[in-house]
Amino acid sequence: MKCRKCDAKAVINMRQHRLALCRDHFIEWIVESTARFIEKYDMFTLDDRVLVAVSGGKDSLALWDVLYKLGYHADGLYINLGIDGGFGYSKTSLQKIEQFMSTRSDLHLEVVDVPAVYGAPVNVAAEATSHGAGKPCSICGLTKRHIMNRVAREGGYDVVATGHNLDDEAAVLLGNTLRWQIGYLTRQGPVLPASEDGLVRKVKPFCRFYERETAAYSLLSGIDYVEDECPYAVGARTIYHKEILNQMEEHSRGAKLQFYLTFLQAKEQGIFQAADDSVELTPCSKCGQPTTAAGYCAFCRLWDKVRED
Amino acid sequence: MTAKLTFRDKEFTVKHGMTIRDAIIKCDLSPEAVLPVINGELVTDDRYLKPDDVIKLVPVISGG
Ligand code: SF4
Ligand SMILES: [Zn+2]
Ligand SMILES: [Zn+2]
Repeated sequence: MKCRKCDAKAVINMRQHRLALCRDHFIEWIVESTARFIEKYDMFTLDDRVLVAVSGGKDSLALWDVLYKLGYHADGLYINLGIDGGFGYSKTSLQKIEQFMSTRSDLHLEVVDVPAVYGAPVNVAAEATSHGAGKPCSICGLTKRHIMNRVAREGGYDVVATGHNLDDEAAVLLGNTLRWQIGYLTRQGPVLPASEDGLVRKVKPFCRFYERETAAYSLLSGIDYVEDECPYAVGARTIYHKEILNQMEEHSRGAKLQFYLTFLQAKEQGIFQAADDSVELTPCSKCGQPTTAAGYCAFCRLWDKVRED
Repeated sequence: MTAKLTFRDKEFTVKHGMTIRDAIIKCDLSPEAVLPVINGELVTDDRYLKPDDVIKLVPVISGG
């Protein structure tokens, strides 16, 4: 198979776009498409300060690389969750990030060490709750969201960017649709706007790339990323949903992309508007971050409990 | 004569002459969930397997 743009051998064929490209043209395509999505969804401009949540995985490092190439002012944020999993998951992740930074000049990384700052690794913290034992993901998610928002506010960032790809988004969408979770559906999208009460704007510049494209970009760019999953991701529902969507994609090219894009269209046409019951947020009386709860926010309640035990 | 596919710690032996895509499906994997690499080079999955080819299938799905 030949590259659509030159005569060189293609390294990847994107069946949903009927587009096969060679290495150089594929890298160029990813970078240019990202710039287009950032503009199309009005994510941020060259004047904004962007905080990229980097995990050491393929998506977030690829995103940081692309934003760096495009000349955005993008700093990294690494949240050390303290997860070991028998192979030093968190430690390896940070090493990959440092390696990435050593070959690019002028990158700045903020590191938040959860065990050191809050007193325990997230998986240990999860044991202190009734529903989290052995399944730290919801507590981990809560913790990451809290820290991202805190660091972004304290550091004066305009926007937090995450490396979510189309497979991530389509899998979450499938999960939310199967349960008709209107509240989640209303908020899902490439951009989560800032709220007046202190939630920083969040964006997903890679939300239209298939997972194999972000992986290919990292491979072809020589980005060394953690291939091993977080040990708690095994058996996660998201992975199951991704497998189902991939089966659909195999039989009908573009099925995943269509699912997500037609959802965004339907949303734009207002089908979830009636359900948009934006709740009022008040500052947590301990940390000051916005919360729906009166008094302490869920994050503060959780970590107070962890430290008590 | 056969070709070999490796995926994480698994190894599959398949007949040469079919496309990488068909071989991936034959091994019960999804062509959407892997990237085929030969000698460190990413290749498209319409390529026909030659005898003694060794294809590394790089997993692309992550979760959590
Ligand atoms: S898999 Fe779960 S515990 Fe691991 S990083 Fe993701 S959300 Fe956190
Ligand atoms: Zn080309
Ligand atoms: Zn709080």
